[in-house]
Formats: sequence, structure tokens, C-alpha cells
Amino acid sequence: MRLLSALLIGLIFGIGIATSGMINPAKVLNFFDIAGNWDPSLAFVMGGALAVAIPGYRLVLVRKAPRFEPKFQLPDTKLIDVKLVSGSGLFGIGWGIAGFCPGGALPALGTLRPEALAFVASMILGLFIARGLKALAARSPQSA
Amino acid sequence: MTSFTPLTSFAGGMLIGLAAVLLMAFHGRIFGATGILSGLMRGGNMRDWSLRAALLAGMVLAPGLVLLVTGSWPALEVPVSMTAIIGGGLLVGLGVSYGGGCTSGHGVCGNARFSRRSITATLSFMATAFLTVYVTRHLIGG
Repeated sequence: MRLLSALLIGLIFGIGIATSGMINPAKVLNFFDIAGNWDPSLAFVMGGALAVAIPGYRLVLVRKAPRFEPKFQLPDTKLIDVKLVSGSGLFGIGWGIAGFCPGGALPALGTLRPEALAFVASMILGLFIARGLKALAARSPQSA
Repeated sequence: MTSFTPLTSFAGGMLIGLAAVLLMAFHGRIFGATGILSGLMRGGNMRDWSLRAALLAGMVLAPGLVLLVTGSWPALEVPVSMTAIIGGGLLVGLGVSYGGGCTSGHGVCGNARFSRRSITATLSFMATAFLTVYVTRHLIGG
């Protein structure tokens, strides 16, 4: 039941990504192209997601625990630092170049389109490079 | 050109929000595509790994289900070169790793909890994405 529910939740997410247009780089890039063929649709994706998630989280998080786990795992960092801002900024540059974000590209894998496969493969490489850089930084005495 | 689709985009967004709420209700987790993928690469304990694998499997099955139900694949056009896809993918991987999340983790889940970290991250990646498209389409691509 635990894994079946996760599969269905992934499926709901993926259908949302597919029908909203987040799966489609042409639509994503037109959303960012205010000075050109602007397609404001994706603002409605964020609107729809928050319209459900804001009240939904409020209802869920007053419970003692989730259905299949002993407790809720919420990020506890409050730190707003250079890493957060520059990492997110770098992500936005890549998103603006390719038109895929991680949540758009993972469901897109299911279409077997070579662009989706290439994007996810290079994103994984980027995650590995970041992991290597972080491990190096953790070993150098300055950052300790 | 892509056409303006406020209703289907809003409805699709509601499904994304619903998935985030259900994942919290049943599994107590934030729904972040970045976290799911990097967690799968990390390995770790089998219970967490299998949860992420099931989420990913569901996501990947979605376009096929859309095809089965509607008779056509979801619209997916790639207006950029394969070089841009690969270069963009590398930057996205690096960026989300340092930024601690992406459009789903920060943009939907974090913002829905009014996390200041997520609001900051969202403003940052939206700003650079708008700027990048302006540069690629109107300054160098024009």
C-alpha cells in the first residue's frame, strides 16, 4: 500500500505536469518571453498548485503524523545564504536555456523523447559534479 | 507559438498541488523532483529509496496514461538545440543541488508553507530564467 500510494501520487503529479504544459519546453520558454510571444499560462500552474497546496498543507499538518510514517519530515533550515540564491539563480539560467525543469523533465522521460533523456542525463551529471564539489569543499580547511 | 491555456494550466497545477498534499499526508515528505532524483542517486536506506523509485515510476508513466486516455501524447515541443538541452541540464543539476530544490520543492511546496528560503529561491530562479530567455531570444538570438 505504501509504495502503491507513492506510485499513484507520482502519477497524479505527472498528469498535472503533462496537462498544465510544464512538460513542454516551448510553452515554458514562451512564458519567460515577455518581450516576444508571451504565453502567461504557466502563472496559472503555480496558481492552481498553491490554491490546493496552501489549504491542503494546513489541513494535513495539524495531524500528529502522516499515514505511513511516524512523523512529518519538514526542512528545518531557515538559512538564506549565497548558496541558496546563486544555486537557484543558476538553475533559472539552465531552465531558461533548455525549457525543462526537474519536475517537468522527469515525467517527460515517459515520452521517450531524446531531448528529455538527454536533459535528465546531463542534469544527473550536474548533480554528481555538485556533489563532488561539495565533498572537496568539505575537506578543505578554510570552509570548516 | 503556444496558445494561452489558463484553464488546463490551472487544472494541471491543481493536480500538482494535490500530489504535494497527498505525499505529505501519506508519507510526510515535501514533493521535490530534485530531492527525488538526488535521493535515488544517493542510495541510502531501502525504505526511502523505494518510496522515491515508486514516485518516479508514477511520474514516468503519466504521459503514457495521457496517451491511453486522450489518444495523443501531451504537447511537447523543443524549440532549442540539443547543445542547449545538455548545457541547460548541467546548469539545472548544479543549480538545484546548491539551491536545495526546484520549481516543485521550493516553488510549490516551500511557497505553500510560506518558507522564506523557498520564496527567496523562487524569486531568484524566476528572475534569472526571464533574463536568460530575454538574452537568448532578443539579444543574441534575435
